[in-house]
Amino acid sequence: MRFIFKTNYTQDINIVRHNGDRISYGLLIISMLLIPLFIDDFYLGEFSYVMILAIAGIGLMILSGYTGLASLGHAAFLGVGAYTHAFLLTHGIPFYFSIVIAIVVSFTVGAVIGFPILRLTGMYLAIATLALGFIAEHVFIRWNFFTGGNRGMEVPTPELGNFSFYDSSTFYYVCLASLIISMLVAINILRSPTGRAFVAIRDSEIASQSLGINLAYYKSLSFAISAGFTGLAGALLAHYIGYLAPDIFNIFFSLTLLLLIVVGGMGSLHGTIFGAIFVGFLPQLIAIGRDYLPNSIGSQPGLEPLLFGLILVFFILYEPLGIYGRWVKIKMFFQLFPTYKKQTFKKQKTFTKSDRV
Amino acid sequence: MSFFEAKNITVSFGGIKALNNVSFKVNKGEVFTIIGPNGAGKSTLFNVISRIYQPQSGEVIFENKNLLNSHAHNIIKDGIARTFQNLELFENATVLQNLLLGRHIYKRSNFLSDLFFLPSVKVSEKEQRLKVEEVIDFLNLQHYRDTPIHGLPYGIRKNVELARALSTEPKLLLLDEPSSGLTNEETIDLGFWIKDIQSLLNITVIMIEHDMSFVHKVSDRILALNYGEILAEGLPSEIQSNKEVKKAYMGE
Repeated sequence: MRFIFKTNYTQDINIVRHNGDRISYGLLIISMLLIPLFIDDFYLGEFSYVMILAIAGIGLMILSGYTGLASLGHAAFLGVGAYTHAFLLTHGIPFYFSIVIAIVVSFTVGAVIGFPILRLTGMYLAIATLALGFIAEHVFIRWNFFTGGNRGMEVPTPELGNFSFYDSSTFYYVCLASLIISMLVAINILRSPTGRAFVAIRDSEIASQSLGINLAYYKSLSFAISAGFTGLAGALLAHYIGYLAPDIFNIFFSLTLLLLIVVGGMGSLHGTIFGAIFVGFLPQLIAIGRDYLPNSIGSQPGLEPLLFGLILVFFILYEPLGIYGRWVKIKMFFQLFPTYKKQTFKKQKTFTKSDRV
Repeated sequence: MSFFEAKNITVSFGGIKALNNVSFKVNKGEVFTIIGPNGAGKSTLFNVISRIYQPQSGEVIFENKNLLNSHAHNIIKDGIARTFQNLELFENATVLQNLLLGRHIYKRSNFLSDLFFLPSVKVSEKEQRLKVEEVIDFLNLQHYRDTPIHGLPYGIRKNVELARALSTEPKLLLLDEPSSGLTNEETIDLGFWIKDIQSLLNITVIMIEHDMSFVHKVSDRILALNYGEILAEGLPSEIQSNKEVKKAYMGE
């Protein structure tokens, strides 16, 4: 068990809490840097895809996990990011500028859409964002000039100095850098007054209001920041796919992102990584698993959605805090061994929330 | 001009008049208690002052400013903080984070500087922390700094909510049933704290309370409400012997 002796307020502000963090996260980053030396192109692509999912997951996590606003249409922002990026690249804008503009455009679209939509709460907000997803899909189909409509749109393969995106390790490193930067920015937001305001809105709107938090502003901001991250993921996704078609950004993708954050663990940034690994590799596992199942089950087409749904239900029932929650419990078990008590993580039942306001 | 004044406030929900033409004044530096049976309109009155409800008519004047022109999230900037009857803490955050949220209006950063956590954000954060620590010392919460709210006993949560309101450095503090659910000992402590808040921090307190012995110990003046109307207003000793108040509480 580690006891941190705090002698300075900065210890509560810093990202690194103790030297153990330096070692473990340092090793993680080094091993991520070395991975391209050991695995083949196919799995490198899968790793890149997982990192793209993780970035989108960070976006949705800030909105749903930290600000408590559900979104069933986040694929729309993936689409906005992807199409903006691809459109700019085809018009000769350099990669770095184009990706920044894609983020800014997604952020702005998020802010503009978020402002009216976030007056709704709970179920109604979920339905509104669901509608947003469908509308966006139709816009991508109809807006021929910008998206190429149903014919789709080829994503140019940029050169970065001496490196080309045709080389999958280049793309891997771009994704890794994006993920690390996204993670750091997300951590910064969450440890600053802005992030605290998000959490406050999630836990009690009325108290946040009486503490001076402007609900409309912070909700739109959260939506916009979330859209910005998702837009970045979309831009990278465009390269991963190589050829954009409107039906990629459908409801199923939005639900996959939702599954990602729930399975990973609501309200934790670690959860986005765990969730992305899970969601990214699950289809592969299912594909491999099909070969070992009896033919009557293995060849069923609906196997993947069924398993996704089942897993979501089981997580909500048995581990609402997701993989990260389980990870924390396992860690605690070893830290406190042999005195770990199951009740430590049991939430107290409270009855005081009954008559609000 | 008085420090705080409510003028002819009327609030109705459908056919029910929750508050009917209620007017009262509060002087600077006093502890003003509002009592009354359930459904008398006490909490409604608080919700009007903190701009969560819009009254049908009336004015709320605080330091020569009509609060009804402010938005709910700006009331705190005018210097009015409140607590809630049933606790509205940020359950999944730690005590420290809850108190830092009380400093939200004093932050000197915007979301762009927050994105990169510029040095200025760090400086501002440390300043807020310093003030929060003062409140922690004032209310003896040192032990619970890093505990999430959902792991705390009820009495401590009540304390944290008071602490959160105090970290906003208010001029006027609205306490909605501060002693409900507290043990005897905790109520006695609370009495001392309210006296300290009044005398050391120079904060005016308006309080809704049911525990009569506690009310008489800490209040300077009392307002009794029933069915949205004022029954009586005066010194604790006057209210104690008032026939109308006795009737409302205990029947004939």
